[in-house]
Amino acid sequence: MACLAIFCLIAVLCLLAPAYVSFANTDPFRASLDATVEINGVEVPVMEESTEGLALGYTPIGPTWQLGNYFLGADNQGRDVMARLLYGGLNSLLISGAATIITMVLATAIGLTAGFFGGMTDTILSRILDVLWAFPVYLLAISLSIVLIAQGIDLGIIVVEAGSLWLPIFIIAIVYIPYIARPIRGQVLALRRSEFVLAAIGLGVPEHRILLRDILPNVSTTLIVFTPLMLAINMLTESALSFLSIGVQPPDASWGTIIQDGQGLLYTRPMVALAPGLAIALTVLVLNILGDGVRDALDPRSKIKLGGD
Amino acid sequence: MLLALIRRFGQMIFVMFGISILVFLIFFATPGADPASRIAGRNASPETIEAVRKSFGFDQPIWVQYYIMMKKLFITQDLTSFVNRGWKVIPAVIDTIPVTLSLVIGAAVLWVIFGMLFGILAAATRGSIIDKLLIAFGLVGCAMPVYWLGEVMNLFSQSRYHDTWLFSWVPPLGYKPLSEDPEGWFLTLIIPWITLAILYIGLYGRVLRANLIEAMQEDYIRTARAKGLSETRVLLRHALRTSLISFVTLFGLDFGALVGGAALLTEVVFGLQGVGKLTYDALQNLDLPVIMTTVIYASFFVVLANALVDVVYILLDPRVRSA
Amino acid sequence: MLEVKDLRISFRTEHGRVRAVDGVSFDVAQSEILGVVGESGSGKTISLMAVMGLINDPNAVIEGSIKLRGRELIGLSQRQMRGLRGREIAMIFQDPMTAMTPVYTIGWQIAEQIRAHEKIGRRAAFARAVDLLAEVNIPNPKEAIHRYPHQLSGGMRQRAVIAMALSCHPALLIADEPTTALDVTVQAQILDLIRKLRRDHKSAVVFITHDMGVIAEMADRVMVMYSGRIVERGTKAEILLEPRHPYTKALLDSIPPLEGEKPKRLRSIPGSPPSLFDLPKGCSFAPRCPWRFERCAEKPALEGGKHAAACFLKAAS
Repeated sequence: MACLAIFCLIAVLCLLAPAYVSFANTDPFRASLDATVEINGVEVPVMEESTEGLALGYTPIGPTWQLGNYFLGADNQGRDVMARLLYGGLNSLLISGAATIITMVLATAIGLTAGFFGGMTDTILSRILDVLWAFPVYLLAISLSIVLIAQGIDLGIIVVEAGSLWLPIFIIAIVYIPYIARPIRGQVLALRRSEFVLAAIGLGVPEHRILLRDILPNVSTTLIVFTPLMLAINMLTESALSFLSIGVQPPDASWGTIIQDGQGLLYTRPMVALAPGLAIALTVLVLNILGDGVRDALDPRSKIKLGGD
Repeated sequence: MLLALIRRFGQMIFVMFGISILVFLIFFATPGADPASRIAGRNASPETIEAVRKSFGFDQPIWVQYYIMMKKLFITQDLTSFVNRGWKVIPAVIDTIPVTLSLVIGAAVLWVIFGMLFGILAAATRGSIIDKLLIAFGLVGCAMPVYWLGEVMNLFSQSRYHDTWLFSWVPPLGYKPLSEDPEGWFLTLIIPWITLAILYIGLYGRVLRANLIEAMQEDYIRTARAKGLSETRVLLRHALRTSLISFVTLFGLDFGALVGGAALLTEVVFGLQGVGKLTYDALQNLDLPVIMTTVIYASFFVVLANALVDVVYILLDPRVRSA
Repeated sequence: MLEVKDLRISFRTEHGRVRAVDGVSFDVAQSEILGVVGESGSGKTISLMAVMGLINDPNAVIEGSIKLRGRELIGLSQRQMRGLRGREIAMIFQDPMTAMTPVYTIGWQIAEQIRAHEKIGRRAAFARAVDLLAEVNIPNPKEAIHRYPHQLSGGMRQRAVIAMALSCHPALLIADEPTTALDVTVQAQILDLIRKLRRDHKSAVVFITHDMGVIAEMADRVMVMYSGRIVERGTKAEILLEPRHPYTKALLDSIPPLEGEKPKRLRSIPGSPPSLFDLPKGCSFAPRCPWRFERCAEKPALEGGKHAAACFLKAAS
């Protein structure tokens, strides 16, 4: 499908970020306030003198539309926006992808356990999921991020540094677990009562076998349908957190942080804020269409209900 | 029936309790977290930190701290901020509620009306170019990060095209209370309303469209046609009424979350001092009492909305009533 | 009352034109019950949907003539058809469980139909609904009109559906397997009901079924359909006692006898109906017919007067 192609294109472009950077011969992570750039044979300072914008006496240059040469202009620290965009995309995609995988794994484990074993296990797990889910998603993510971003996690056995990318990954992953776990649990509950499972239990098949052989394959369809949507949601959440400065930390970039950088320059050099937003919108759009397509292909009657119930 | 209600209520209380504990633990008890040093600021000497710890009561056991905070929050209601000492939290939160309500209710009106129009039109003209355009618009609407859209809106209405007739009426960012300046209130809120609504119109329109299309395949629609009813009536009176059930339940959940402060990004971008913005500011300053209060407030609304939605569901769907 | 001549219905698909109904002609008189027998895919439902004008598919091509009381129906505008639907012609369907809208009371839905065709007020319409429910033997009709469909049992629901269909005194009632989804005892009640209503309202009834037993109970005349064509037509006695077409014979043979020796295996018709994309050149039934011979490579026409069959076999077997 066209969307899969577009998504792969975006992913590949971002993966090529390091190559672009060496081609452009800039360092996207280091401020270069006094660099100069050559445009059409004329040497121009990256930070032009100007009274508008940052009111610091200078404004970064706008898009040159020349590949490898401040294609989209410079940001408030003289860095090449295009290069940061590609690196940022890499981070955004990485974080969303990793978070999605973790959420899927954990949510499936919880959903399977709660749905299959029922009883007290189910009650406890469901209550935990309820509390977790009642916490408005963004608030929970923001709360966790604020607390953890500044100092990292130090549990003795697990040490995660403050600026590590793993922090947003884990936070986003945890926050969305109920979103996936509850539908999975619902599905497992229904499957548990279905005839072929009852037959297997009656035959004395050991429980882990039933889970693996009978229930898991049915549940995997739900997971596949959820994956593109989860990726899209995670991208939006990660960018929101980064925008609020509690996601990806400098000097690393992600599309959200670039939008944040672009806020101050919004009225003078809008491209800095526009470009990453467009990138996010495009990626999420493509993922949503892909998600719809996957759902039509695998489950046209929409038995899989989204919405966490 | 009564038993079910009581049980539901008990569930609500339990969840709220759980949330308050969770919030407390996050801020006071995460490994490596030390509220005293955060309040004292960076590079504070150990003596300063100790003094802060004593004065705020952080040297007490955790459950005592929790108990004290809960008591201040609910019973004596004199919880004060950590950052602006003496600033009472609860009245502060209450002051911000009208702003959030103004934003959220206005946006909700917009998105319900347009979402329904969108869904009905798309389902009625299914497969046509209108349908395709609507779906495209809906998809794009959900794909844009809401804060980015707000920034772009600001870019156009405050800066780029501010001087043209299109946007010259847009006042500077900020909120004007309804009682003081109704016209200003309205004008400052239009762009935020549209921004917040676009995301939800895209989502709800598509959901309604899918539900309607599915409903139109049902047997009772065939019967309705066989009765000689017009296609419009069949769509609006029979298919829509049945599809509304899930539309309304989704709406209830989202609306509840927004009232609780989930519109925080929109409020920040547009400079509206609502509950969300208050939460955001408090989070930045790690003003724990404020955070506790706003988070509990937000969760309360989410839980309340969940319960209300269940009730509405019963009202709307007769099949659930007798069961 | 109803005269169908040479009805042909085909669909444009990506694989070409598909003939679902291939030249079907029949008629029904007032107060008469015509039974239509056939397997799924024989075209029985689609022909009657065409009579109702309920075929919505833009890829459908309907040709021929359908006349209700002398008035040609094919070619009428949607608006005109809507005026007829529910008023002159009514149709009830197979599954009573899902036939009525779940969110409105049955009284409301019956009143809706009445008010769609007649200018009467809400009160009057509801009062008529009560009468109708009484006529179909639903107990406590005054309470019943406030019930929702899911609160009624299957049999009750089907009665309500029938009441709704008859609310405007249609000249023609089409019943598409109305008892297939019901218990046998309930089935008997519904069949009784339809017969009673036929007497009281003098409507013509077209009764679609695949169950020969129901045919024996209900029909005055019968037509047997296979693969989009009528293969035999006649009175109930003629069809049941002297079937001429091999397909009719096979259908009757497959019913196990009530008395006498029970067969060791139930007799079924070997093979399955042909795909509409790949119809045989000659008689459609020939591939499965135990008596086929060379002439069957041609398409037999339906002939033989009142008791007609589309078969080249002359002598009764």
